[in-house]
Amino acid sequence: MSSENGKRLLETDAGGLNFEATELTLGLPGEPRVTSDGGAKLGSKRGFSETVDLKLGDNNQEVKLGHSLQEAAKSPVSKTQVVGWPPVRGFARRGKKSCKYVKVAVDGAPYLRKVDLEIYNSYQQLLTSLEDMFSCFTIRNYLNEKKIDQVNGIEYMPTYEDKDGDWMLVGDVPWQMFVESCKRLRLMKSSEAVGLGLKTAPKYSSTN
Amino acid sequence: MSEQMSDDDERQQSPPSDLDFTSNKARTCIVTGSVSGHTEFQSPYPDQVLENVLENVLHFLTSRRDRNTASLVCKSWYRVEALTRSELFIGNCYAVSPARATARFTRVRALHLKGRPRFADFNLMPPDWGAHFNPWVLAFAKACPWLEKVYLKRMSVTDDDLATLAESFLGFKELVLVCCDGFGTGGLSIFVSKCRKLKVLDLIESEVSDDETDWILCFPEGESHLESLIFDCVEYPINFEALERLVARSPSLKKLKLNRYVSIGQLYRLMVQAPQLTHLGTGSFSPSEIAGQGDQEPDYVTAFAACKSLVCLSGFREIIPDYLPAIYPICANLTSLNFSYANITAEQLKPIISNCHKLQVFWVLDSICDEGLQAVAATCKELRELRVFPVDAREDSDGPVSEVGFQAISEGCRKLQSILYFCQRMTNAAVIAMSRNCPDLVVFRLCIMGRHRPDHVTGEPMDDGFGAIVMNCKKLTRLAVSGLLTDKAFDYIGRYGKLVRTLSVAFAGDSDMALKYVLEGCPQLQKLEIRDSPFGDAALCSGLHHYYNMRFLWMSSCRLTYQGCQQIARAMPRLVVEVIRSADEEEMDVCVQTLYMYRSLEGPRNDAPKFVTIL
Repeated sequence: MSSENGKRLLETDAGGLNFEATELTLGLPGEPRVTSDGGAKLGSKRGFSETVDLKLGDNNQEVKLGHSLQEAAKSPVSKTQVVGWPPVRGFARRGKKSCKYVKVAVDGAPYLRKVDLEIYNSYQQLLTSLEDMFSCFTIRNYLNEKKIDQVNGIEYMPTYEDKDGDWMLVGDVPWQMFVESCKRLRLMKSSEAVGLGLKTAPKYSSTN
Repeated sequence: MSEQMSDDDERQQSPPSDLDFTSNKARTCIVTGSVSGHTEFQSPYPDQVLENVLENVLHFLTSRRDRNTASLVCKSWYRVEALTRSELFIGNCYAVSPARATARFTRVRALHLKGRPRFADFNLMPPDWGAHFNPWVLAFAKACPWLEKVYLKRMSVTDDDLATLAESFLGFKELVLVCCDGFGTGGLSIFVSKCRKLKVLDLIESEVSDDETDWILCFPEGESHLESLIFDCVEYPINFEALERLVARSPSLKKLKLNRYVSIGQLYRLMVQAPQLTHLGTGSFSPSEIAGQGDQEPDYVTAFAACKSLVCLSGFREIIPDYLPAIYPICANLTSLNFSYANITAEQLKPIISNCHKLQVFWVLDSICDEGLQAVAATCKELRELRVFPVDAREDSDGPVSEVGFQAISEGCRKLQSILYFCQRMTNAAVIAMSRNCPDLVVFRLCIMGRHRPDHVTGEPMDDGFGAIVMNCKKLTRLAVSGLLTDKAFDYIGRYGKLVRTLSVAFAGDSDMALKYVLEGCPQLQKLEIRDSPFGDAALCSGLHHYYNMRFLWMSSCRLTYQGCQQIARAMPRLVVEVIRSADEEEMDVCVQTLYMYRSLEGPRNDAPKFVTIL
């Protein structure tokens, strides 16, 4: 029975119902679910753990579905980054002239994380990365009916403390200005973000 | 590396004054299995005399491999060896429990523990997997209060643990934390304030959280015994004035490695206080932002020239290359140079490296390009260890270094023993050349960053290159492979890699045969870490004869199933078989994302998090 389940999860859903969000993957916390245009999973049970394609506009059409174990393990080289590869220790940022490390707190999370804002080029990249970092925490809190997009959606609002000590909503200012003025980040529960004066989630254009 | 114990040891049956804390990786942890003994002596008196003699003799045995062997001779030797073992090395903290360790070895002075597997460094394991120092520190606090030295690698240490360490062991002298986490500046503050006899505090590549406490200020006043203070991994500013005063009152200080919040001007002030340093980590090696344009620059050259004993130089965390000439005076004495944080060009490197005739260890960024490596090869004839790290650690970035620099090194540095080389392109020819030019190689780690990348000249897999390495480098004990590799490469490894103890495999091999070759062919294999390779249950089974001889096996994103792992677990009761899944996966799935298994005397651990299933 279980092997059947495994197989079913690997198939594309042609029926139009969006099973994407409910599909279980073997990604470790820190790995986002990768979707190509067809809504099919890339190697969700086999093959490489993929992160989101950070190279904008370089959609990888050639990576096959992971329905064949053989193929998945030897899929052609994709341009996407793979978790933990190359094996250089993550926080040892070598040779970087500038590093803008800021602490990231998530309301209710028992630990802080750090991100280096210099490695991102846009709000989208930053938020995707935050999503990865805190995905495991979030999902533990909810029944896994639907993966909740905790950054852009219902539950959490990304906020930051700027140079003047004010708490602002992430996305208001141009990216570079944000990088320079941001001192720390906080993913605030939406219910508490009332004071920031925004009721709807801000829109982030990918060109920002 | 050997360190002298202090002479003020008052215990009657004290260990000798040389405590040889070697970092050579001898095999095995604690002896498993029962000791078959037979009484050799009839009367108690000769027995006692012989035991005393034995005890005195065994004191001099320092190698843990020898000690393990000695302990197997008979019960008497087992007992005496246990009494005289002063340095305890445990390669996997879950292989044996703290209770068992303290029950057997009651007079331990130094504890060396390793926790998480290495692939955890690359985000292949969720956080909070385990490897907690806490049960160890509590057990040792009760049973071995004369513990003086703790060396931890990849373990989780809390602030409370640091407090316990400082409070429970009155003569505590040395703490070395490598790739550890879980503690912060608050814990450090307590630790340094209470350890009055502290000689060594080395924080190496560890993650230290910022509790916003001034831990440097917490070192007690008065003359300090500090010999080594390493904190280059601490990513927060420190109180420089307090540090300056600390250095001034530490006449024995030999090793000082600063973090990137120390400017070059501040470095100067410290060097002037401590010209006796042998190991220096320079901090940022750039001026602070506050320094004015017209300010008089200190005479850095003289400061360096005054450090006549300096042999090991590192740091350069935010280097301004204009300041590099300051180190010219000491280049000729250097045996170890770490430029792996310095984004410098070949032109900037050349004037330095051309004077480093005695250099044995060199870590550098690939920003120096093949040309820089050629300069290294031209001068550094004594080079034993080379590590070339990528500035841009992505698969498809430009590769400033290639087989050209690699081959140049092999031709110039014939005494090479250890190499770690990140690149984007490589050829079999260059690897074969190195296998012939550098027969003393013990560690060979080549990372071709593009997955499945073949020889870029011939288009062939990299099988022959790695094959040549295992064939020609007869002393090889550690190997990491990469690039496009077929089963043939593993056939070579199994056939010729008879001394290989550590093997790292990623994105390689065609079939189960590859893993079989290795498991059946490499009798010394201790640590095997594999990721994203097409090896399944059948291959796993082929290693049953060997798993008790290994420290661990790691396989992630391969083709293992629960059934297969279950089989192993049933067949081998002394093996702990952990299946690690991603934190958001609730169901027990057919396929195993990560298998981590290791021998253990204790059975399944009781601190496993939810995402770990022990079969």
